[in-house]
Amino acid sequence: MSRQGYVELGKQMTAATSPITRLMWRFPPYRWSIVLMKRLGVTGRTAVIAMPYLWLLLFFLVPFVFVLKISLAEALIARPPYSPLIEWSEETYLTIRLNIANFLFLIEDDLYWKAYLNSIKIAGISTLFCLFIGYPMAYAMAKATPSTRNVLLMLVILPFWTSFLLRVYAWIGILKNNGLINNILMGLGVIDEPIVMMQTDFAVYVGIVYSYLPFMILPLYANLERLDNSLLEAASDLGCPPTKAFLSITLPLSLSGIIAGCLLVFIPAVGEFVIPALLGGPDTLMIGRVLWDEFFSNRDWPVASAVAIAVLLLLVVPMMLFQKFQAKEAEGQT
Amino acid sequence: MRGNRSLFLTSCLAFGFAFLYVPIISLVVFSFNKSKLVTVWAGFSTKWYGELLQNDQILQAAWISVRIALVNATFAVVLGTLAGFTLARLGRFRGRTLMTGMVTAPLVMPDVITGLSLLLLFVAMQELIGWPDGRGMTTITIAHITFSMAYVAIIVQSRLSSVDESLEEAALDLGARPVKVFLLITIPIIAPALISGWLLSFTMSLDDLVIASFVSGPGSSTLPMVIFSKVRLGVSPEINALATIIVLIVAAGIITAGILMHRQEKIRQKEVQMAIAANE
Repeated sequence: MSRQGYVELGKQMTAATSPITRLMWRFPPYRWSIVLMKRLGVTGRTAVIAMPYLWLLLFFLVPFVFVLKISLAEALIARPPYSPLIEWSEETYLTIRLNIANFLFLIEDDLYWKAYLNSIKIAGISTLFCLFIGYPMAYAMAKATPSTRNVLLMLVILPFWTSFLLRVYAWIGILKNNGLINNILMGLGVIDEPIVMMQTDFAVYVGIVYSYLPFMILPLYANLERLDNSLLEAASDLGCPPTKAFLSITLPLSLSGIIAGCLLVFIPAVGEFVIPALLGGPDTLMIGRVLWDEFFSNRDWPVASAVAIAVLLLLVVPMMLFQKFQAKEAEGQT
Repeated sequence: MRGNRSLFLTSCLAFGFAFLYVPIISLVVFSFNKSKLVTVWAGFSTKWYGELLQNDQILQAAWISVRIALVNATFAVVLGTLAGFTLARLGRFRGRTLMTGMVTAPLVMPDVITGLSLLLLFVAMQELIGWPDGRGMTTITIAHITFSMAYVAIIVQSRLSSVDESLEEAALDLGARPVKVFLLITIPIIAPALISGWLLSFTMSLDDLVIASFVSGPGSSTLPMVIFSKVRLGVSPEINALATIIVLIVAAGIITAGILMHRQEKIRQKEVQMAIAANE
């Protein structure tokens, strides 16, 4: 920056209307950083974009590079427990060791395939249940009077804001052999032996549907609430029966909300760990739990990383779909 | 016909809310159960609340979690607002698609994957530059900020998209610098979104188990980690007491928020009516 330019900048800053700017200009580090930014052509706009951008790049995107790197390493009894990828030997030759054995292991060993497919199955069926329970609820809420609507919304939000972990824990108390359901049924004399519900696939389904139901209701409600009633009124004026009006007007218009809600449930449910760990049995294979066990019980970081990469590859397409429909929903709000 | 339909809808609502609330209510009810078996009723007692308040492990973990959550919520709101503002107001820029992706992905990414990836990052960073030195509250906080800011960004972005730009443009036309416009005009308009973003980040941080388990270190066990290790072994009445306290706090908060919003809406409506009357 030329001397002239620096003088001009100084005049501009000391004549600034904000006393904070005038004060800060007196401190050399502030002066230097402003001059540097001007030299580099970095505007305030760039700084605003850069701050969250850099954080996300460093702490969200870059970690996946490391996951990929570790998935190509070997497990070692060391700290950290994996072999280095890049090594300098004495003659300063660079050795890069890529180990794809972990991925082959995933393909060969039955456990991972089964867990993978089981996770998709459980997540998919749970998503459908959430949809079938959540859509009528969201619809009823959207149709209610404004004051009732607010109360109902608060009633849905309360479980959403209560701890996920504690709500799943609540189901342990309900489903176990001397839990709420069995006690009631045995007390009423309906059954003699307790029904085994804990540590089964059934418990996992209940847990996932229960925990993720608010995630389905809220976007659906937001979508249905925006729906123009006049469309339905016009349809009924033209003699359309309510069911047909629902199928040809409401349902198609709420489609992007449905898809966004379903993906909001499906994608995290695939990688869910807490629910299968607390409610599922040893044979309830879900890939999130497999990853956890590989990491914490087996201390096998490379295989855990390989599992993570496999799950990421599976979820990339649904995540892109979610982004697309979420953007659609956000646009619809204007 | 219409009667049938609303009966169907009402019963769906009733069943749905029963489904949502029975577990929560059972948590509360059984926290007052004298029996240690939690679900076998043996009489009314509040002794578990006493036990809870004397349980050092839980109290210490709760304190750690609250501190992490406070720092997390504040930073997440700052970064998330910047991100949301960028996406809503700053139009096109190089790398916008990537940013949108990075802001949407944490909303749905399974926790085990974010947890593992962040741990590997911290280990690598420790090797390369010596920071963070060992894992603990700092690493947990960084991890939490990363996913919380995504939620705040989405909330802020959607709120800003629905707000008319003309107020800000008018201020700029009148000669205010962009920073001033942001602080004096934009922020008050999106204030409710910022508050709910802060609260959401706080709650999610307090509730996070998986990510904290991956990136925590010795001596930095968070509350969910302690709860999880306890409930893995079965039900525990102190956890019921803790759950009841949390439910009551959340309920109080939501009801307060509801009342405040209701009042604000009434004030706003009055102002609109007065404006209409004044124009006539």
